[in-house]
Amino acid sequence: MNIPKDLHYTEEHEWIGVEGDTVKVGITDYAQEELGDIVFIELPESGSETNRMEPFGSIEAVKAVSDLFAPVSGTVVEVNSALEDKPELINQDPYGDGWMIKIKLSDKSELDSLLSAEQYKDKIS
Amino acid sequence: MGIKKTALYDIHEQAGAKLIEFAGYYMPIQYKGILDEHLRVRKTAGLFDVSHMGEFEISGENAEQFLQYVTINDVSKLNEYQAQYSAMCYKDGGIVDDLLIYRYPDRFLMVVNAANIEKDFQWLKQHLSDGVQLIDRSEEFSLMALQGRHAPAIVQKLTSANVSEIGSYWFRDAEVADKPVMLARTGYTGEDGFEIMTAPENAPQIWKSLMKAGSEFDLEPIGLGARDTLRLEVTYCLYGNDIDHTTNPLEAGLGWITKLKKGEFIGSDAIQKVKQDGISRKLIGFEMKSKAFPRKGYEIYKDEREVGHVTSGMYSPILEKAIGLGYVAKEHSKVGTELEISIRGRKVSAEIIKTPFYKRPY
Repeated sequence: MNIPKDLHYTEEHEWIGVEGDTVKVGITDYAQEELGDIVFIELPESGSETNRMEPFGSIEAVKAVSDLFAPVSGTVVEVNSALEDKPELINQDPYGDGWMIKIKLSDKSELDSLLSAEQYKDKIS
Repeated sequence: MGIKKTALYDIHEQAGAKLIEFAGYYMPIQYKGILDEHLRVRKTAGLFDVSHMGEFEISGENAEQFLQYVTINDVSKLNEYQAQYSAMCYKDGGIVDDLLIYRYPDRFLMVVNAANIEKDFQWLKQHLSDGVQLIDRSEEFSLMALQGRHAPAIVQKLTSANVSEIGSYWFRDAEVADKPVMLARTGYTGEDGFEIMTAPENAPQIWKSLMKAGSEFDLEPIGLGARDTLRLEVTYCLYGNDIDHTTNPLEAGLGWITKLKKGEFIGSDAIQKVKQDGISRKLIGFEMKSKAFPRKGYEIYKDEREVGHVTSGMYSPILEKAIGLGYVAKEHSKVGTELEISIRGRKVSAEIIKTPFYKRPY
C-alpha cells in the first residue's frame, strides 16, 4: 500500500499536501482500492467555502457512493477539472493526476490535527 | 461459526482477488476491477466461482407433487435433464427466494441463493410431506459459471460431450477436464454460457483447465461485483434488492414463472387476488438523465409526490450511464415516464426505459 511520507492524512482516507498557505486534497491509495472503479466525482466550484469535517463532494464507484469530507476549512481555489471526464485517474494515480481540489487555508493550526503517514498506516493496518 | 472458504479460495488469492465475506463465505468481489471484468464477459468470456450458492436434493415418489406445492412455476412441464427458473412464495404472496430446479430421472436439484440457504431449508422442511426426501447438499458441491459468447468453444475443448446439443436451460452429466460434473447451459449474466457443478475436490483442476483452455479467448476470472452489474443490465432480479418477502411475483415482473393454472400452491390464493385486482406498483427500469447515481433505497418522485423507491442502481459499463430498478405506483410505470430520484437531498431527472437494458447481439 502506497502511503507517501511527505503528505498528511485523515481518518476518512484523504491525503493533504501542504504548499504554503494552500493544500492539495485527494483520496489515498487505500481508499481508491477499497472503492473500486470510480465512475463519477462531484466536486465543489472554485470559490466555494469548505468547513473542516463537512462534506465537500461525493465519489461514485460502480457499486457504492461515498462522501468526501473537507480535511480543513478554507476557500476552494482550484478544482481538478480533468476528473470530470476521467474519474478513473483517481484509481490510476491517487496522489498525482487524481488530486481533487486545492484549498486556501483559513486556519493554519488545523493542520496540526491531521495524521502523519505513520499514524495513517497504523490506522488502516 | 467461522467464515467458510470455497474449494477455489487459494486460486483466487493467488490471482490477486479482493476477497470479502459474503453469505458466510470468503468470496472474490473483484480481481482486476468491476468495469474490466464486466466488459470481458460481454466481449469474450469470464469464469465465476459461485460455490456459495445452496443446493438441495429432493427425491421420493411425491417429490414432483411437493415441488408443485412449494414453488410457483409448473414443475410438471420440466423434462428430465431440463432446468427451470422459479420461486417460492409465502402464503401472502411475498417471495421466500428465487431459484433454479434441475430435473434428474430420479430426483430434483434446487439451487438457491447463498444468503437464504438456512431460511429456505427450514421453509421446505416445514412443508415436507410423506414420500419426499429433502437433503441439503450445499457443502458437497462447488459451482462455477463460465459465461460469454466463447464459453461453448472453451468447454468443448475439455469434454467429449457435444456441447452444441445442450440447449438453453438443459443440462447433462458429463466429464470436464476428466472430472465428473453437471454441465448446465444456465447463467446469471445474459450471455451464453454454462454452470458447472462438481465435487469440491475436483473444482481446482476444472478451474485451472478452463482458464488454460480459455486463454486464446482472453478468459479472465470474474468477481461477484461484476456478476451484479451484469445481471442488472439484463434485469435479472436480485433477492434482497428487487424481490423479497414484501414483493409479490406479479409486481416484480415474474408473471411469466407464476403458473396460477397449475393448481393450488403456497401463495396461489394471494397471487390470484393480486391478479384479479391488478397490481398497485410495478418494478421498472430507468436511466438517469444526468451524471448522478441511484442507489438502493433512494426515493422516487413524480410531480413532487413520492411514488416509489429504488431497489438496485449502478453504473452500466455497456450503456455508459447510470441505470436502476425500482418499484413505482402502477399509474406512473409506463415506458417514457419522467421521474425524479432523490439522491442525497437533490432531485435528479430519470426516465423509465424499456428493459432489459442490454440484449446479447448473437
